[in-house]
Amino acid sequence: MMASSYNAKEEDGHHSGSVGPGGPGTGKSKKPDNTAFKQQRLPAWQPILTAGTVLPAFFAIGLIFIPIGIGLFVTSNNIREFELDYTGVEMSSPCFNCSQTYSWNNSCRCSVPFTLEQPFESNVFMYYGLSNFYQNHRRYVKSRDDSQLNGDKRFLTNPSKECEPYRMNDKMPIAPCGAIANSLFNDTLELYYVYPNGTKTAIHLVKTDIAWWTDKHVKFRNPAGNNDNLTITFQETTNPINWHKPVYELDPTEPDNNGFINEDFIVWMRTAALPTFRKLHRIIQKKDSLTPTLPPGNYTLDIAYNYPVRSFDGRKRMILSTISWMGGKNPFLGIAYITVGSVCFFLGVVLLVIHHKYGNRSSNAEIPN
Amino acid sequence: MLRRRLNRLFGGDEKRVDSRTIYVGNRPCPATETFIPPKFCDNRIVSSKYTIWNFLPKNLFEQFRRIANFYFLIIFLVQVIVDTPTSPVTSGLPLFFVITVTAIKQGYEDWLRHKADSEVNKYPVRVLEDGQPARKDSEKIKVGDIVEVVEDETFPCDLILLQSSRDDDTCFVTTASLDGESNHKTHYTVPDMEKDLQSLSATIECEQPQPDLYKFVGRMHIYKPEHDPAVRSLGPENLLLKGATLKNTKKIYGVAVYTGMETKMALNYQGKSQKRSAVEKSINAFLLVYLCILISKAVVCTTLKYVWQSQDGQDEPWYNQKTEKEKGTILYVKMFTDFLSFMVLFNFIIPVSMYVTVEMQKFLGSFFITWDRDFFDPEIEEGALVNTSDLNEELGQVEYVFTDKTGTLTQNNMEFIECCIDGFQYTAFSSELDSFCVTDGPVSTFQEKAGREKEELFLRALCLCHTVQVKEAGPDELGGDQVDGPASEPLRPAEQRGFIASSPDEVALVKGAMRYGFTFLGLESKTMKIKNWQNDVEEYELLHVLNFDPVRRRMSVIVRSKSGDTLLFCKGADSSIFPRVRPEEVERIRMHVQRSATEGYRTLCVAYKRLSVDEYAAADAGLREARLALQDREEKLMAVYNQVETAMSLIGATAVEDRLQEEAAQTMEALQGAGMKVWVLTGDKMETAKSTCYACRLFRRSTELLELTVRTLESGGRRREEMLHDLLFDFHRKAVQDAPPARAGVNRSWSSANPEYGFIVDGAALALVMNPSPDTNCSRYRSLFLQICQNCTAVLCCRMAPLQKAQIVKMVKNSKGSPITLSIGDGANDVSMILEAHVGIGVKGKEGRQAVRNSDYAIPKLKHLRKLLLAHGHLYYIRIAHLVQYFFYKNLCFILPQFLYQFFCGCSQQPLYDAAYLTMYNICFTSMPILAYSLLEQQIAIEVLLDNATLYRDIAKNAMLRWGPFLYWTVLAVFQGLIFFFGVKYLFSNPALQDNGQVFGNWSYGTIVFTVLVFTVTLKLALDTRHWTWINHFVIWGSLAFYVVFSFFWGGIIWPFLKQQRLYFVFFNMLSSVSAWLVIILLIVLSLLPDILLGVLRKPRGPHTQQKKPAQSSGGHHQTSDRPLLMRTFSDESNTVM
Repeated sequence: MMASSYNAKEEDGHHSGSVGPGGPGTGKSKKPDNTAFKQQRLPAWQPILTAGTVLPAFFAIGLIFIPIGIGLFVTSNNIREFELDYTGVEMSSPCFNCSQTYSWNNSCRCSVPFTLEQPFESNVFMYYGLSNFYQNHRRYVKSRDDSQLNGDKRFLTNPSKECEPYRMNDKMPIAPCGAIANSLFNDTLELYYVYPNGTKTAIHLVKTDIAWWTDKHVKFRNPAGNNDNLTITFQETTNPINWHKPVYELDPTEPDNNGFINEDFIVWMRTAALPTFRKLHRIIQKKDSLTPTLPPGNYTLDIAYNYPVRSFDGRKRMILSTISWMGGKNPFLGIAYITVGSVCFFLGVVLLVIHHKYGNRSSNAEIPN
Repeated sequence: MLRRRLNRLFGGDEKRVDSRTIYVGNRPCPATETFIPPKFCDNRIVSSKYTIWNFLPKNLFEQFRRIANFYFLIIFLVQVIVDTPTSPVTSGLPLFFVITVTAIKQGYEDWLRHKADSEVNKYPVRVLEDGQPARKDSEKIKVGDIVEVVEDETFPCDLILLQSSRDDDTCFVTTASLDGESNHKTHYTVPDMEKDLQSLSATIECEQPQPDLYKFVGRMHIYKPEHDPAVRSLGPENLLLKGATLKNTKKIYGVAVYTGMETKMALNYQGKSQKRSAVEKSINAFLLVYLCILISKAVVCTTLKYVWQSQDGQDEPWYNQKTEKEKGTILYVKMFTDFLSFMVLFNFIIPVSMYVTVEMQKFLGSFFITWDRDFFDPEIEEGALVNTSDLNEELGQVEYVFTDKTGTLTQNNMEFIECCIDGFQYTAFSSELDSFCVTDGPVSTFQEKAGREKEELFLRALCLCHTVQVKEAGPDELGGDQVDGPASEPLRPAEQRGFIASSPDEVALVKGAMRYGFTFLGLESKTMKIKNWQNDVEEYELLHVLNFDPVRRRMSVIVRSKSGDTLLFCKGADSSIFPRVRPEEVERIRMHVQRSATEGYRTLCVAYKRLSVDEYAAADAGLREARLALQDREEKLMAVYNQVETAMSLIGATAVEDRLQEEAAQTMEALQGAGMKVWVLTGDKMETAKSTCYACRLFRRSTELLELTVRTLESGGRRREEMLHDLLFDFHRKAVQDAPPARAGVNRSWSSANPEYGFIVDGAALALVMNPSPDTNCSRYRSLFLQICQNCTAVLCCRMAPLQKAQIVKMVKNSKGSPITLSIGDGANDVSMILEAHVGIGVKGKEGRQAVRNSDYAIPKLKHLRKLLLAHGHLYYIRIAHLVQYFFYKNLCFILPQFLYQFFCGCSQQPLYDAAYLTMYNICFTSMPILAYSLLEQQIAIEVLLDNATLYRDIAKNAMLRWGPFLYWTVLAVFQGLIFFFGVKYLFSNPALQDNGQVFGNWSYGTIVFTVLVFTVTLKLALDTRHWTWINHFVIWGSLAFYVVFSFFWGGIIWPFLKQQRLYFVFFNMLSSVSAWLVIILLIVLSLLPDILLGVLRKPRGPHTQQKKPAQSSGGHHQTSDRPLLMRTFSDESNTVM
């Protein structure tokens, strides 16, 4: 700005002022406004963290968290849970033979007996669990077409690129496309109660209400058209490569559970967060208040072993669990609450001691500095 | 431009052609056979950076040179090219926005510069062509042109004065806009110049342009048809500098010697380079750390990915086949793109939004400076001005303050305060002004003390012993105005006359005498006229003027009165007068002089001597002889002076006040209390500057002064270099080696036993230190000098050329620890140092606007510096430091879970959070609270900050942005990130979290983590907020509410434009799960726990401890500051004037 320093006079002050942020203030500047905001004098609450204010908070947190933690812990402990690994890795396992074939859809059947020591009250939820199955792999997660699943006709026949390499099969669009749909869990699990005398009765497994309501009713929709005739709706498409039946035959018995709105399918489509996960499979509804839903005793799990997991060292589990207000069994939350509550309480006590013993002295000593 | 840069590179002594030849009037000269018009640059001034053509590429280049911008550009390009987890829009849009806004702003600024340039370049000037003045644009002036300049015009280029309208071949000039000296300087025409410039045929040989304002060597050859060419030597007294203003002279003609970018002014101008604040440097350092974290994260993930994939069946399990394209890519290319993908995934750790927020904070924050009513000066009807908002926080980091003296520390407005005649004190009370000025009738108060005769003698001495000229009273009383500011007494119209003098002190003395009834009427052909009490005009013949020089520190006149008496009047510093008068007279006066010196006045002693005819004859002869001597003229003159000025009798002493700026002393004291070192850099004389330093309490009575000036260098009678060597080592021993090892500079207490040192250096000595002769080891001198300076409490540098000021600033700036420097000044001579320092402050003085325009901040008065630094600077620093740390912190906790998630998703770059959350996190959910915090936070109230300068030291040396605090924040972020991720992970060991047994998937996982994250970082900020205004409440709770509302909204609709409805009802389902609620609350509490705990244990920096402090510390503090300095050692500090 040497040039401007040449004509040193008055008027230059103005345009240079407008360069900077000071601009608006300077043009015809009279005295700046005397507002609290501009003078940085807004009324303010000025809290200070001191032992005095924090101590009660610590105690309060402790006093609130510990009971919650105990409640959670007790609740979690009261939840009955039974886990059965039926992968068939060991030679002794009944499913060993089935698991040896690495290929898809070999319709091998096996049945695994197990014993429940304690009765399962109320509704019992049957989950299947997979381990080392990376449903959260990026390539996998994005390999779906939500528009197609939402019943958008345009995407039914022209699925999204994201579905590659499960987009087209023999120049026919795949419905539902993508890796997730293609790898739909297709083991069939049947549960039998074995009476002491050896006879088996099948336990009724409900396959609805296992998916989120909004998923079932809004997010997933069969393509518009006659719902009764899904075959026609899906006629220009082909089933995913690994499926041995088309999408409109997922549940032929129940039209409301067929096609894209099949709940097993919807549950599977909600990709799991971690490589070891469980998904809700069936619900065993309680019969009446007197008899437990699943009394203690011997059971058999009959499996149509379709789903190969050995190729990637996976495991398959069947889980029976009751549910409380906090969901499934998980001692972590209760323990965590108790721990944090105790830590807070402990810190409160320590602080209190420090505050009382040294507080006055140290604050006196600090002032002269 | 290049030339200039080269010039700077090689200093003044590059081995080019050392001189240039100029043909006056651009006419060929008889002596030179061939006339080759030499090529010089034109008179165009260029300060703009861009042209229309190079704006886009150059500006983009400049912008992408910024490490951050470049980084974002790379990320953006990667996203465009490689298949990455997030869309290029997420990083491209903000980057584009930032770049565009910056480009528009810079373009606008450059347009303004263009406008200013053309204003100067098109300024009309008159150039003599064929004897007639022709109007031309200023830029058209060529070297050799004869230019006409009329009164009050500035010189358009550097000119050699050829002709003046004044009879005595002189002209008067003020160089206020060049070196800050507002007095009139006399310049002389080339001796024996012909009157007819048209027929003049001459060449000028002079040195190549160099920046020193006070140096010029040249020769002029004048060719006359019949004679041998006459040679005249040219010196600085013949050179009129561009930027100076012609005063009191109707018209001059001069020949242009240096034009355009080669003028001394242009060479003294330093390019306004972009200043970067220390905070920005810290940001860049942290940025590098985070970049390292980012890269190592990406490397770890890439490595793990391939390790993981090498296991059987993991690379491509049957359920998750690769596409053809993926299969086709070469492994190494794939690894590289994977690496880049991870970079993109984690790049949110260094968010664009931080730069946007920082810029916004600075921009908006600077409004508080312009809005501050305390900076409003009713006199000039203006408040503070912010020219750059980049440096707000730097105001809180200042370690060195370089201040100009004239107009900054002082008002440059001398006022006669009191005098002492024969041991009796006379005070010039304004209220009694009229009674003193009564010209008839006795002045009772005056007569009571000393005898009337003595009084008259004293006043005559004041009226005669000076070199003041009277400016004829006219409609514009410019000469008087220069030194006669608005604060001085209003003169009655009859006496309204302007005085012109080379020193404002002389004017003050003459005016003082006038106040007592003796008026100096003027000098006409060697006759001085005085109007005395009786209204009679006394006439004195001026025989000799024994000029002032800084070594003698006195001046004398020899006059002959009407009655034939020859009198010598002498005035000077007491130290130089006392030995030359009769000792018995001294004692009575000494007391008064000492007292007025302690009050900070500039004192002078007045003596006289009656010369007998013989004595005068001897003196006259001696003087004449010495004046004509060709060799050692100075020495010979000095000897005669010394001989004449002996055996005088002391009449009295005067005290003149160079009025300090309001609250100058308090301000300086506050700055020193805040741990800043104050250096005074002035072009003024040492004595004047020193007295100002005492008055400002920069030097105290206990301060031991170390002087490195021409005077001390020459006192030993040895070579300057040797003396310099000895002095430097001597001072170094004193100030550095003997100083106690304790950090004396930092803990300077007001009554410490440690000796305090003040250092005085002048321009010539500095030049020796900076550019010593080649055989000495210059870097050693320099470092010695620097060490001495740094160990002194105050440093005074006088007789500085503007560029030297900048040199000093630069030296300190580049010294060890690279301290933050601040320059404050009001004149154009301060521009270079204002530009050089980290922070440049302009005082909106009376002398033009150059300083203001080149400054970063401009304030109306010096006193405002205190609030600007102690309150605004402090707060800005805290705010921005917290802002920066917080931004890094919140992004580390944001991205760490995403990083950890990679271990559980096969290192497949699966984002943990939904894309909307990734983008919105920094833009919406967490940006407003920190912005509000960084604008409004006042951890310590402004009043407390102002009262306790020491608080400023708490944040010195970038305390809040050093590695310690950074590590704390980073550890905190890592801790919280771990908690977020693993807390939720353990919860998800059983994903059946709803009471209907349904399970949550990966997006629920991410949403829970994200919810905890948003709440935690916002509440963390809430914990740090010490000043909750309604805006803070609104913004903090508002952001949280906005997050919740947004999440409902975002998950509540099937968005047609989205490919995947990942978050559909995820948030709602999350809230329907009690476990999710519980885990969110638990994790928030747990994350904040360490911070709360540390907040309690750490010494609170809040107002409540500070409230007690002032009561204790300020007691002693104020005591010292309110008391004037006691007696000082005296002979050295007393002040000569001229």
